[in-house]
Amino acid sequence: MSYQSLEEIVKAAKTGGVTFWETILMEDMKNRQVGSRESVAQMRTMYRVMKEADASYERRKRSSSLLVGGDGGRIERARQKGMLLSGDFIAQVMEKAVKMAESNACMKRIVAAPTAGSCGVLPAVLLTYEKQFSERENRMIEAMYVAAGIGEVIAARASISGAEGGCQAEIGSASAMAAGALVYLRGGDDKTICHAVAIALKNLLGLACDPVAGLVEVPCVKRNVVGAVNAVTSCDMAMAGVKSVIPADEVIDAMRQIGRAMPESVRETAEGGLAATATGIRIKKEIQQKHQEELEKIESAANPS
Amino acid sequence: MNIFDIIGPVMVGPSSSHTAGAVRIGYISRRLMNGKIVEANIGLHGSFDLTGRGHGTDRALVAGLLGMQPDDIRIPNSLSIAAEKGLKVSFFSVDLGDVHPNSVVLKLVGPKNRKLEVLACSIGGGRIHISKIDGLSANFSGDYPTLVVHNQDEPGHVAEVTSMLAHKCVNIATMQLFRKERAGSAVMVIECDQEIPAESIRWLEHLDGVSKVTYLSLQDPVDPQSGEESGKDSGARSSLAERSFL
Repeated sequence: MSYQSLEEIVKAAKTGGVTFWETILMEDMKNRQVGSRESVAQMRTMYRVMKEADASYERRKRSSSLLVGGDGGRIERARQKGMLLSGDFIAQVMEKAVKMAESNACMKRIVAAPTAGSCGVLPAVLLTYEKQFSERENRMIEAMYVAAGIGEVIAARASISGAEGGCQAEIGSASAMAAGALVYLRGGDDKTICHAVAIALKNLLGLACDPVAGLVEVPCVKRNVVGAVNAVTSCDMAMAGVKSVIPADEVIDAMRQIGRAMPESVRETAEGGLAATATGIRIKKEIQQKHQEELEKIESAANPS
Repeated sequence: MNIFDIIGPVMVGPSSSHTAGAVRIGYISRRLMNGKIVEANIGLHGSFDLTGRGHGTDRALVAGLLGMQPDDIRIPNSLSIAAEKGLKVSFFSVDLGDVHPNSVVLKLVGPKNRKLEVLACSIGGGRIHISKIDGLSANFSGDYPTLVVHNQDEPGHVAEVTSMLAHKCVNIATMQLFRKERAGSAVMVIECDQEIPAESIRWLEHLDGVSKVTYLSLQDPVDPQSGEESGKDSGARSSLAERSFL
């Protein structure tokens, strides 16, 4: 049985005299009946796959709809030329978030964290942090446990699925996970982790899941940047001593309630929001037409008359 | 739900339901065909049909039919790999009626003209559901070794199958029975905690009144298309990731 609230995790850590991440590790060992070595090795694999995915970004690649691809390379060049207003840390977070989300859209290998659509958020902040602060990999793995524990509570209390809770459940959850992981890396205590989670999630409450033509491309790729940057600022706020008035667990409950109140048209059905704009509808029609033509081509090749 | 459902699975994008789940449907279908498929005619329904190309659902299904797992980086090239390996593939759009929006029907042909029709859906997060086998209800997840027996609806067949399982010390996890009509064709779907020995499957095939036996083994078979063990045929995958996904 996994934790149902962040408060429970904080309490269990305090009672056991262990850290937040160790509490999650111990829970995984119990849950799956594995040793700590096996659990940590698996988490390390996840982190390394994220690293590989970031390193193998191809800026010339386009998704099969041709809607996304190449923006990670554009941001990288602009950053290297010093054109960006954001400082170097945020600029790299932005670049990595777009790269990972584009790689996902282009059928490359990623780690769903918590979902494929939001796969850029967590690696964007963690990989940037490791590089800029020359952090040890083991500490990064520990931060992954913090993120996983936060995600698990969100999944238990609310949802991590866009079809159920809208984009707030995907990008919002990923952002909250990343914010908590960053606070851990900055040396914040467990309560500060919870404040960062609450702040990050609050900022993204109500976000609709309205992908154009139903594809994990527009607006999903760029939303990964919002989730990642929001994680950094939420961490900074919490570390500065800013507290969330509403406790994290209650914010998660609010997300659940908002998700339920959202019309189905903005929960991954591609019937509302951006998907229902004039341009969104035109793109959908073009893609369907292209699909139909290709099917006919396959059919005529299979049955020459 | 465990922490590697939150951080993970490792998968080829872009969508856990339209891509990762589709690979898994193809993979389980391949297992149901005992790893031997020469032809696949694939009907895409609903959202699989409408957004399937953009999500690579077509390539994902074929990748699974070739024995690839959801994190195999060769998934985008599966159609050309299928052509190289002599697997004939075709697609069509289909309205399967009141089924899950992410549904697909796979009409598979193996050596000696062995045929199998699988209706499956991808229910989210990379998880799947096999709804029908050869037009009869099946209703299983592919998470367990699964025995599907098509037989005449007459007394005694369930007893024959379950006593064989007891004899082989195979524990039944779930069991379901369906029939088209009284004394017509019937099907039993048995999810097991252990693998069923191959000779017992062959024994079942020869029973009077049993028309077809389909078995989903979760052990790696020898891959006839590459001559290698299919679970190990790719240095592109990580074994830890597989464990988290299965």
